[in-house]
Amino acid sequence: MIAEAGLAILWLAASLALLQCALAITGIRFNRDDIMAAVRPVAVVQGVLTLFAMAALIALFARSDMSVLLVAENSHSMKPLLYKIAGAWGNHEGSMLLWVTILGISGAAIAIFEWRLDRRTVIATLGAQGLIALGFFAFLLLSSNPFARIWPPPADGRGLNPLLQDPGLAFHPPTLYFGYVGLSVAFSFAVGALVTREVGPAFARAMRPWILGAWLFLTLGITAGSYWAYYELGWGGWWFWDPVENASLMPWLAATALLHSVNVLATRDGLRAWTIMLAVVAFSMSMIGTFLVRSGILTSVHSFAVDPARGSFLLVLLAIYIGGALALFAARIGTVRQGNTFDPVSREAGLVLNNLLLSVILGIVLIGTLYPLVAQAMGVQLSVGKPFFDKTVGPVALLLMIALAAGPMLRWRRDDARLLMRRMALPAGAALATLTALLFLTAGAGALPLTGLALAAGLALASVAPLWGRNLRRMPLFTWGMVIAHLGVAVAVTGMASEAAFTRERLVALRLGQSVDVGPYRVAFTGVKPQVGKNWSAIGGVLTARRGGGTAVLNPQRRYFSDPVTTTNESAILTAFDGQLYTVLGERNADGRWQLRLWWKPLVTLIWLGGGMIALGGLLSLIGRVTREWRTERRRRRVAAGMI
Amino acid sequence: MKPKHQRFVLAGLALLAIFGASALALSALRDEAAFFYAPADIVGHLPDPNRSVRLGGMVKQGSVERQGDGVTIRFVVTDGKASVPVRFTGVTPDLFREGSGVVAEGHFRADGGFTADTLLAKHDERYMPPQMAGKMHKTESLKP
Repeated sequence: MIAEAGLAILWLAASLALLQCALAITGIRFNRDDIMAAVRPVAVVQGVLTLFAMAALIALFARSDMSVLLVAENSHSMKPLLYKIAGAWGNHEGSMLLWVTILGISGAAIAIFEWRLDRRTVIATLGAQGLIALGFFAFLLLSSNPFARIWPPPADGRGLNPLLQDPGLAFHPPTLYFGYVGLSVAFSFAVGALVTREVGPAFARAMRPWILGAWLFLTLGITAGSYWAYYELGWGGWWFWDPVENASLMPWLAATALLHSVNVLATRDGLRAWTIMLAVVAFSMSMIGTFLVRSGILTSVHSFAVDPARGSFLLVLLAIYIGGALALFAARIGTVRQGNTFDPVSREAGLVLNNLLLSVILGIVLIGTLYPLVAQAMGVQLSVGKPFFDKTVGPVALLLMIALAAGPMLRWRRDDARLLMRRMALPAGAALATLTALLFLTAGAGALPLTGLALAAGLALASVAPLWGRNLRRMPLFTWGMVIAHLGVAVAVTGMASEAAFTRERLVALRLGQSVDVGPYRVAFTGVKPQVGKNWSAIGGVLTARRGGGTAVLNPQRRYFSDPVTTTNESAILTAFDGQLYTVLGERNADGRWQLRLWWKPLVTLIWLGGGMIALGGLLSLIGRVTREWRTERRRRRVAAGMI
Repeated sequence: MKPKHQRFVLAGLALLAIFGASALALSALRDEAAFFYAPADIVGHLPDPNRSVRLGGMVKQGSVERQGDGVTIRFVVTDGKASVPVRFTGVTPDLFREGSGVVAEGHFRADGGFTADTLLAKHDERYMPPQMAGKMHKTESLKP
């Protein structure tokens, strides 16, 4: 019954999305207030219905109802409850349902909370939301019905890939989806503003929290995903330039650019067309991301074979939305009044430079990700990996760090280049001093990581410069957000560069009792012991790591899952204040020796600490902006009430 | 500067960024894209040893031998028409076994052998790299 109810609710929600879109178009076209007034309630009901549909699917997974095809294929009655629930979105159909659910809830949130912006713009925004939702409803209902039944029901499910049974991963996809959908909301706002030609600070302020929120979730998702890949895959790497990773990085890059340009629009009413264009690009990237992950066009550590017909469906949706938005942009942007101008040396110009460099990185990642697909279509098989991205993205990212250090030191509208040089002197000196010291102290490390470390030192200093000489207690929360996020970039880059330059690796075959040196540790192989979990059994190695006077025991495992039959390596990681010791247990050789792979990765934890700081900065900015808007709004209402 | 002029300058900069990114990416792709080969593809013309490439095929039955250091293995990758000896130092992936599909990332040596930095094995029954699936279809002799 639950499955049928879920399907019925889904159809109902889809028809409401159609209604929402149709009402918005007719209301705006004929300027009818009564029709426009109906759009908000419809959006709210549509949001609530999608929530019910998602709840129905989660209930089916929690109850292990094997008569539902999706549950039978992706779940197992023996699985822990957390993974049963996470299984609801750990597959193609469920994740697309999650997509429309988040989209529906966002639409409802706009309908309920967005009262400051010009009314017609809000209605046009909701109309665009309805149109996007409609495409995804069609995709769900016509080609990926999550509630399809199977007869006869199998005795038990086919399980979930054991690689995916991890608490981090249970919440990783939803985080990214919040980000993708947040960008679709920003896009809807851009469409709404283009329809009514109201591209100004009010529009920017309405759109900004959604961009900040989307960016925050993407940052968290990417950081968590990177750590997951690092400890779960057992390859010692934290970023593989895997197409699925790029699918989350590209929307993040676009959102980062958009986040900065929307501030120019909100504060100085500049960069109007630019910001609209970036909103279109950011949404396109999240659509491309969804397409890459969900079409089955890629094979990678994350994606599993799915029906290629779905890929074409998503591709058509992608073409319609992006093509439509670009056509609207081309048709309307000429009639949108130009924003305020600024000097070549100004905060605005700094942010333009930031946007340009981010766009260059985005373009490179996009080409590197799509090139193998294009080549394959033409009959050439190749792959594009780390060497390509290091060589191209690396130098541009270093330039971006310089721009990032200078940006917050610039004044809005007009500034003096000589004064900027003077302000930059201290960070530049710190960077040079770091570089000199590194060149003396280390031999053989690459130029890219060393420059990265030097620039990170300068950037760390520059990013706290806005705090200098200011009353810290009176400083707005969003300024704190900016400082912490920029400092987070310096911290993350330090981790990345240090990992790239100074990692030590050992690959050995050891008998019990033998030991090996790696980095500052001496690791002794002291034993093996069998272990048992709920749906796996394992051989665990016992490693004793000694450093100075202290010792620690690590327990890397080889796990054997019974259903489906799979073996995984569970790495064991020892975190010290200055890095991590990363250990993987390999096979037992015929001569009785065990293979061990060990890494010493200095300062590697800073990568995710930095990512966390960037996200925290985003959160503080979001809170700061929303509370300030709320206060201004309340004051405005009070004044308005007083005047009556 | 008039607002309209500034808009043109910005549009020009954006175009420049797009062209710059494309030029940079495409020139780097010429050097860094790793081509995929099956053993039969390289008979007679060995790829440049300095380029990292991928080699895909089946691990030949009975060819896996472990070296004295305990962590280096040698095996033969075959596609039914030709075969290439491969050397790999590292922990082999879980599903690496004789008679099963494998993709090796690394580079060819001047002697015609292949040094692998990474091995990717068939992940589970439902998964196969499309590159491999494509190459495999060409060689009928590999059907079990």
